[in-house]
Amino acid sequence: MINYDKILSKAAMDMKPSGIRKFFDIAQNLEGVISLGVGEPDFKTPWRIRKAAISTLEKGKTIYTANSGLLELRQQIAKYFEDTIKTSYCPENEILVTVGGSEAIDLAIRAIVEPGDEVLIVEPCFVCYSPIVALCGGVPVSIETKVENQFKLTADEVKAKITDKTKILILPFPNNPTGAVMRKEDLDEIAKVLKDKDIIVVSDEIYSELTYGGKHYSIAQCDGMKERTIVINGFSKSFAMTGWRLGFMAGPEEILEHVLKIHQYAIMCSPTTSQYAAVEALKHCHNDVEKMVSEYNMRRRYIVDAFNKLGLTCFSPEGAFYVFPSIKVTGLSSKEFCEKLVLEKKVAVVPGDAFGKCGEGFIRVSYAYSLNHLKEALKRIGEFLDENNLINNV
Amino acid sequence: MYTLLKLLKKNARISNAELALLLDTDEKTIEKEIAALEASGVIRGYSAITNDDMIDEDFVTAHVELKVTPRSQSGFDEIAIAVSAYDEVESCWLMSGAYDLAVTITGRNIRDISQFIAQRLASIDGVLSTATHFVLKRYKDNSIVISGEEIDERGFVSP
Repeated sequence: MINYDKILSKAAMDMKPSGIRKFFDIAQNLEGVISLGVGEPDFKTPWRIRKAAISTLEKGKTIYTANSGLLELRQQIAKYFEDTIKTSYCPENEILVTVGGSEAIDLAIRAIVEPGDEVLIVEPCFVCYSPIVALCGGVPVSIETKVENQFKLTADEVKAKITDKTKILILPFPNNPTGAVMRKEDLDEIAKVLKDKDIIVVSDEIYSELTYGGKHYSIAQCDGMKERTIVINGFSKSFAMTGWRLGFMAGPEEILEHVLKIHQYAIMCSPTTSQYAAVEALKHCHNDVEKMVSEYNMRRRYIVDAFNKLGLTCFSPEGAFYVFPSIKVTGLSSKEFCEKLVLEKKVAVVPGDAFGKCGEGFIRVSYAYSLNHLKEALKRIGEFLDENNLINNV
Repeated sequence: MYTLLKLLKKNARISNAELALLLDTDEKTIEKEIAALEASGVIRGYSAITNDDMIDEDFVTAHVELKVTPRSQSGFDEIAIAVSAYDEVESCWLMSGAYDLAVTITGRNIRDISQFIAQRLASIDGVLSTATHFVLKRYKDNSIVISGEEIDERGFVSP
């Protein structure tokens, strides 16, 4: 009998399965569960984009593209950056098309981190940063954001965690799971701290289009920051294209040149059909995005109000499609709350601590669902609180 | 205004408080806007969207394509208004293309409908021909799925 423990790498075996995964298994085995748990749009990819993909398939455009992606797509991405974050990147050597934002995150970390290097990770956050850093032998260093700061990152919090081993700050805004955004004035403060340091900001801006009450601002726009920032974005959330697996990154040529080698050996190039579809998206589909954003925005106002009325205080998020209400008043832990809720009322939400320790006491609720669906789920959550007497003052 | 109408079309029973929340305004404004829409005749009425197949009562719905000769003074209007005046007629639209008026009629059975078409519609002055199509099953009506609810394939939980 082969001893796999001796075969597998320690790093792979040490990697913890996502906290979300465990919860998924519970929900999976119950009948009649309604979910507020998913992190992807409920909209379908706009028809125009699907049609464009079909048409390239009909024409037989099914071969590899350039390693860094179709030039036409990179040109469109360059234009997109200029239009949105007013930053110029050269399509030839400062932009790379990746397999989702996820690959871009992986590439950025792998190209930079050496064993022992410290990576600052702003929590609560998307689940992949820490495991990838650890896989590279790096040391993930958490920076915990706080609800009293609207889950924004502050300059003091960054300063306190910087050492001479710090190589990267991962900046995930608009934030999954909190919905927090960093406005220009918030980012300027962070930029002041980083401006004279050899630290690269990996700015995960995958939710940038889903910013409410104002336009998204990138740290790359701050004085002196473009040369020390890798901007990551993608098509999944903005254009409802999760399954197409297409993202992109932009940054200094000196970094991207080496990132490209990893991408080239690991992936070759991003899916060709998806790339053609993405060209169509950037050229013609901003109206579709606007429509989706205005729909999310209505739901956002509804759901924040609904949670506050239930007595689960909910900070009003300005980005992404999540709310992050506090459940501390119930006396339950996040995990207890979510398990009890799904078992008793069959509503699936995600425990906040799946996104970092400081997410304890909160739950992540996605509003990538129709209003009617949200209403039914919120009704059940209300019944759940009542029946268990979890909130005294309601 | 446009978004307000869209929300009302989806659910006419939505409360003013909820509309105010969704549209980021106050109830008074919503109340005023709806009153204005009603007064100006933009909103003509409110009705329930039903799955009639689940109602225990016999009925048949037909779409009738009418070809008509427009009248010299009033064009299609006079005929269309005459058609619309019947209670049996649920909708009456002037169309581009191979025929002129698209008329929806509901009756208790096929005989009711054929009688209505033969005796009432066909006899209206200017009606040249009728083509009748009976509805077999409705899948979607007024943007609302009636039969065959779409399944959310996204699973329960994902990061």
